[in-house]
Amino acid sequence: MIKAQVLDDAALDRALTRISHEILEKNGGAANLAFVGLRTRGVTLAERLADRIAAIDGTKVPVGTLDITLYRDDLGLKEDQPMVRGTDIPFPVKGKTIVLVDDVLFTGRTIRAALDALIDLGRPKMIQLAILIDRGHRELPIRPDYVGKNLPTSRRESVAVRLREHDGEDRVVIEEPEEA
Amino acid sequence: MAWKRKDLLTIRELDPAEITLLIDTAASLREIGTREIKKVPTLRGKTIVNLFYEPSTRTRTSFEIAGKWLSADVVNFSASTSSIGKGETLLDTARNIEAMSPDVVVVRHSSSGAAELLARSLKCGVVNAGDGAHEHPTQALLDLLTIRERKGHLEGLHVAIVGDIAHSRVARSNIYGMRKLGMTVTVAGPPTLIPPHAQELGVKVSHRLEDAIRDVDVIMMLRLQQERMSAGLIPSLREYARYWGLTLDKLHASARSDVLIMHPGPVNRGIELSPEVADGPYSVILEQAANGVAVRMAVLFLLAGAMASQDGQAERGHGL
Repeated sequence: MIKAQVLDDAALDRALTRISHEILEKNGGAANLAFVGLRTRGVTLAERLADRIAAIDGTKVPVGTLDITLYRDDLGLKEDQPMVRGTDIPFPVKGKTIVLVDDVLFTGRTIRAALDALIDLGRPKMIQLAILIDRGHRELPIRPDYVGKNLPTSRRESVAVRLREHDGEDRVVIEEPEEA
Repeated sequence: MAWKRKDLLTIRELDPAEITLLIDTAASLREIGTREIKKVPTLRGKTIVNLFYEPSTRTRTSFEIAGKWLSADVVNFSASTSSIGKGETLLDTARNIEAMSPDVVVVRHSSSGAAELLARSLKCGVVNAGDGAHEHPTQALLDLLTIRERKGHLEGLHVAIVGDIAHSRVARSNIYGMRKLGMTVTVAGPPTLIPPHAQELGVKVSHRLEDAIRDVDVIMMLRLQQERMSAGLIPSLREYARYWGLTLDKLHASARSDVLIMHPGPVNRGIELSPEVADGPYSVILEQAANGVAVRMAVLFLLAGAMASQDGQAERGHGL
């Protein structure tokens, strides 16, 4: 059940534009940057950020795809084990400033897994984290460098980021499970 | 689609979605083999035992590499260097190994059904790495992955499997898998090496190599085991090579220009395959070996995950 809308398409668009500018500002341009999106919606967001930076700065920042399934700490704790869909990073990680991109930051465990997965591929100069929605409830000492929106939530709610490419619309909503 | 089985014993018992899940997972895992540091932490703390009662280079090495790339501990038992030779039965050996708490046992044995016997009596996962003339499921999976990589799809393709079909677990597993995925299969070989009721497996039968390889997408040549000659099933190796050996001339005369040549290995050069064909542009034999590691990683990952899920569900159940 949808409880509230958090971002509409225009607000989502503005958040991504602001994050693009913040990335350029913090890194003094886009020269040594690379985006790594976490499957599935993190990749789409990373591609949109790369397009925006190309429009602002004229630099095409490469985008890679990271699948963290093999690095999860809950293999077997879920009912169904997740599909392995593969990592595809078409550039050397070594020496790059990598911006990890994901849609929602919650406990931080996914990002912990992503950091391990990324570092196994080489030694980046720096890793930064860009997140569309930070919903709190961290279980690990992880904080984002770029945030679209901070959103206080309760643990039983879930945050759904819907993107045109997957869901036919751009918006972010809070959902609550129906009472049984 | 989620994997639920604790064992991988046959292709025959799998449904098409399970076969596709195995191939898809293997395709995703292949990237690990291209890394500078070929290691992911997924199966840390898991123990895999390779229990090989028949000689094997490719399959055993491939399971060992697959387990190690996933960070499992891999232990090898082979018939020549263990108590197997001292007369201990298969079940006794297996129970003793199980007492050491492995997570997966990979077994190769000359008796059909050996893997299933172990699976029924052991709590850990069991992978059939070849049982007699019965099945060799991971070989079929790596063959299917190799074909799909090259052709882009599987459904609708036509494969000729040539050689000793009657004694081949590779042929049997491939026939089951290919038929389930909507492929057409022609088996070809001398009548003594074709099983009597081959058509019941849903395949066409040919007794002439040139006919069998015409217009097919893939030619899979099987190893001719030399003991077939002493059993009187073929008159001589020379005659077999003349009629059933694939040479460049026969290939050019009858096969399509985009045909793939496969062989599960080890190749008898000059008998079923001429060296020019084995090393030539149509051959994907080395890709098969590379894909073997990816397929075995997928099998170990899915079996370990399914067993952990069952344990996890039991724990969650107690919590309620």
